[in-house]
Amino acid sequence: MEFSRRDTLALGLGAAALTVLPFQVNAAADDFISNFTGGADVIEGGEGLTLTAPEIAENGNTVPVAVEAAGATAIMVLAMGNPVPGVATFNFGELAGSQSASTRIRLAGTQDVVAVAKMADGSFVKVGRTVKVTIGGCGG
Amino acid sequence: MAKGVKPRVKAPKKAAAGETVTLKTLISHKMESGQRKNKDGSVIPRSIINRFTCAFNGKTVIDVKMEPAISTNPYFEFEAVVPEAGEFQFTWYDDDGSVYETAKKVAIA
Repeated sequence: MEFSRRDTLALGLGAAALTVLPFQVNAAADDFISNFTGGADVIEGGEGLTLTAPEIAENGNTVPVAVEAAGATAIMVLAMGNPVPGVATFNFGELAGSQSASTRIRLAGTQDVVAVAKMADGSFVKVGRTVKVTIGGCGG
Repeated sequence: MAKGVKPRVKAPKKAAAGETVTLKTLISHKMESGQRKNKDGSVIPRSIINRFTCAFNGKTVIDVKMEPAISTNPYFEFEAVVPEAGEFQFTWYDDDGSVYETAKKVAIA
């Protein structure tokens, strides 16, 4: 099929638009975080917050992840590259044996999985992990 | 009520007073994310379990707010303290208003 100049230009513009899109997704995810923290500062790098996720996920429909944060009241998990970033928010009650939880999640494609923990003293800690996904899990 | 939803819980039957035990819970639920499309191109509406709670003798152990990104047949593993003999209550809340519950008794060894 012969590409006219007009077609090639349109194709080029489309490709450029695609690269810009991921930035919009990140903005939505940051909103999620600020809603959870109420605008408070989030400490990067996780003293006391552990996020366990595989480096390569065979199946984007079921990726095992685990979070642990000694002394946290709640942990929120986000998938930064999913159509909707929210994954789960774990609220620990008084009888929680340890502030940890494991589950399986869907990841649309290779992306960062982020955990934000609300500690008992009111501070927030954040940790992220990149997970490569071979087959996407959001119906795409 | 979503069809064929079955909860399954793995909890110890006996524990020492004050011991921390691991609980594993599974519920068979499609967790339709609202992102998939039908053959005719229309979007299949979201229908998921949006909340899971676990309580022991009425006191909260864990309360999970769930989004469509949780996999089909949601699985959770977490730990709880058993201060005395009693019963664990597990509750799942569905988007469509249904509530699924199961309970496990624990005796003190």
